[in-house]
Amino acid sequence: MTTLTGALSIDWMLLLVCAWIVIALAGLVAPKSFRYASRVLYPAGALVGLLLALTAFIALGGTPETMVLPLGLPDLPFHLRLDSLSALFLVLLGGSAAGISIFSAGYLRQAEGALPGLQSLQYHLFLASMALVLLADDAYAFMVAWESMALSSFFLVTSDHRLPEIRRAGYLYLLIAHIGAISILLCFGILQGNGHVGVAGYTFANMRSIDHSVFWSSAAFGLALLGFGAKAGLLPLHVWLPEAHPAAPSPVSAMMSGVMLKTAIYGILRVSFDLLHHPLWWWGVSVLALGLVTALFGVIYSAVQSDMKRLLAYSSIENIGLLFVGIGLALTFQSFGMTGLAALALTSVLYHCLNHAAFKSLLFLVTGSVLHATHTRSLGKLGGLIHRMPWVAWLGLVGALASAGLPPFNGFVSEWLLLQAFLFTPGLPHGYINMMVPVAAAAVALTAALAGYVMVKFFAVIFLGRPREENLAHAQDAGTLERIGLSWLAALCVALGLFPVYVIEKLDLVTRPLLGTGIYGAAGAHNWLFLAPIDPGRASYAPVVFLLSIAVIVAATMFIVHRFWRGRTRITGAWDCGFPVQTARMQDTAEGFGQPLRQVFEPFYRMQRELPSSFDKQPFYRVVVDDHFWYWLYLPAARAAEFGAKMVAFLQRGRISIYLMYSFITLVVLLFLIRG
Amino acid sequence: MNGHLPLYAQVINLLAAMLLLLSFAMLAQRRILSLINLFMAQGMVLFASTVVVAAATGQHHLYWSALLTLVLKVMLLPWILHRLIRRLNVKWDVETLINIPTTMMIGLVLVIFSFNLALPISALAGTITRSTLGVALAAVMLAFLMMITRSKAVPQVIGFLAMENGLFFAATSATYGMPMVVELGIALDVLVGMVILGVFFFQIREQFDSLDIRHLEQLKED
Repeated sequence: MTTLTGALSIDWMLLLVCAWIVIALAGLVAPKSFRYASRVLYPAGALVGLLLALTAFIALGGTPETMVLPLGLPDLPFHLRLDSLSALFLVLLGGSAAGISIFSAGYLRQAEGALPGLQSLQYHLFLASMALVLLADDAYAFMVAWESMALSSFFLVTSDHRLPEIRRAGYLYLLIAHIGAISILLCFGILQGNGHVGVAGYTFANMRSIDHSVFWSSAAFGLALLGFGAKAGLLPLHVWLPEAHPAAPSPVSAMMSGVMLKTAIYGILRVSFDLLHHPLWWWGVSVLALGLVTALFGVIYSAVQSDMKRLLAYSSIENIGLLFVGIGLALTFQSFGMTGLAALALTSVLYHCLNHAAFKSLLFLVTGSVLHATHTRSLGKLGGLIHRMPWVAWLGLVGALASAGLPPFNGFVSEWLLLQAFLFTPGLPHGYINMMVPVAAAAVALTAALAGYVMVKFFAVIFLGRPREENLAHAQDAGTLERIGLSWLAALCVALGLFPVYVIEKLDLVTRPLLGTGIYGAAGAHNWLFLAPIDPGRASYAPVVFLLSIAVIVAATMFIVHRFWRGRTRITGAWDCGFPVQTARMQDTAEGFGQPLRQVFEPFYRMQRELPSSFDKQPFYRVVVDDHFWYWLYLPAARAAEFGAKMVAFLQRGRISIYLMYSFITLVVLLFLIRG
Repeated sequence: MNGHLPLYAQVINLLAAMLLLLSFAMLAQRRILSLINLFMAQGMVLFASTVVVAAATGQHHLYWSALLTLVLKVMLLPWILHRLIRRLNVKWDVETLINIPTTMMIGLVLVIFSFNLALPISALAGTITRSTLGVALAAVMLAFLMMITRSKAVPQVIGFLAMENGLFFAATSATYGMPMVVELGIALDVLVGMVILGVFFFQIREQFDSLDIRHLEQLKED
């Protein structure tokens, strides 16, 4: 598609990516200058993000554009391609980056973490490499961009590298990122086939053209699932997420959770729907099962966290699980040739990507503001902040409601679409899947409900009630730039929630090239107000009408209360319960709120509890919730690696004679083999 | 081997036999001083055999190789080694890791293996010296074995040098010597290696008060 000036969209896109790189390098000019980074670099990055989102939005639905860069190794140039799928994720990247960058400009504090210029360097390189991941059209460029993304985000995570637990989190992240990268590399190796050796083989265009056998395409899919799953936080490779997200500065957590996890979703979509043509039904079913387990795991763990960023990290795992559920459903439908339903499931996935990027970035930024105002991440030391930080609280409420999946916000729309896709499954021509799907749908519903529970905990413990600590009285609301960033993301949440038909019209431009069909025809043909996937007779949703009714009911209630009960309203302390002597310590705590779930799902946790006895002078209560996977998978793997290393060390005896003997025996054996 | 070989070939075979004998002698020798003398004798044999091959085939560059051997392996290296052990004061008996008779038995097996190995190669080679290839290989192997079994640093270096002798002999017997450039390069390598190892000797002794390389085990990381 040509824009007004006649240049292709991809040219503009490349220009904007280069602009990010230039901004990154500009950080080196004055790495110590705090004002330079916060007043020039980050706002410029935000502007570029906005332009990137606009350009990608224009490119949505256009014919795919390709470009060969004169970079890379001799005979291995970088190929770039801009099609609707990448354009959609670029919109997501640009839109989130605009909000997060402008927030970062206000968030940056002097003498915190690495030098501001260097942090800006890593941050903008991170953004540029994510954009290149989305634009790459060959395995080489993809891997280079993918690894730059992993490395720059690693440095961002460890920007406070003086703390040992942050170094540990960074190491864990890097380790799992590399396991994933190896797996993706092997996947591309299989996809390349053995028809073309060398120059032409590694382009995605070639991979698309090859028809693989069932065995090899399944192997490639499995490797892609492992590789991208590691980046996305799919079970059992999720352990880095709850470590890295709290360790990173809040805007970085927002970027990683909101956008970087989506590049993994992009990758799996690209491989399974674009590069491989004929999905098998059991791929879909296994992705569905993995996604379900991940979603349930994530939400159950997030309910018992008492660190606000860990809570959000587990909630991200849950959302990634839901996305994989949708992908699995789409693959299953596609394998049985039911493209209309596949399009519905895929639309819900893409929609949820956009939603999660908006609300999870927003929530992470909110935790950043709270962290700066109170210097603690622990929910047990917060409370009542809505009076001190109204901006952050109200915008955070938008994010929390969206994350809980309540109408009229955006989270509701995509979860509703996903459940709709489940409800249409009885048409599947496979008995066992038909029996399994209702169970899966119930699990998705359970996850959505528990997500609501988690968000109530998140919002209520931080912002409602009374302050649990003295120093919370001095908490300051966010500054102007931070407010702009938060408002931008909150506005996205609201807009995505209120105009689903318009969004789906755009998402159709993505699903049509991939599946050959979309749902817009059925969903929006009747009325732009009413969203009705498949058939308006079965289910429809009108967010604007819903919002108006809610607003009218609330206004009417308030009017009636004020008009008729005016004299009888009393103002007392929050959550007083009529008890006269009450301190802030007597409020429900984060642990207390999560306790019922901890009881119900007890086998899922690995808990250590220290309960006070009745004779303790200074009673205290401590509960540590651990992840079973550490003990079942990671520690055995670590022990096995250590054992293997010891075996290798057995060779190293420190004796020259023995080393000489190794060469000697090798020589003799080789000579013998040649002779034989 | 029958009696109808030309005189040159017979002389070469004789020298090859002496080379092998000297290799075994080095393997069995406990005293460092004698070891150096044996090494010098091996150099002499090598020199003689190269001259004979040169005379028999008319390959003039081999005379230069022979001269190089004479200067380097008969004069310079033994002289350096003598000086070294005088300065380091280590002419005493060396203890071996495996006892001498066992080492000799292993050596015998290696010789048989080498001859067996060399058989098809010498069938391909068109040189008059082809039958000595097995001996050359055996010399390399025996020198290697010596390096493994000795626990002091100086005998190991002599083993290393003897290995180079074996290689040189293999080159002359299989293809009438290597190109001059390669040969010069190897000679220089040997010389430089010797100098560096000489420096190492002093360092090792300074560190451990002994040249016994078993002390180097302490350097291992646990």
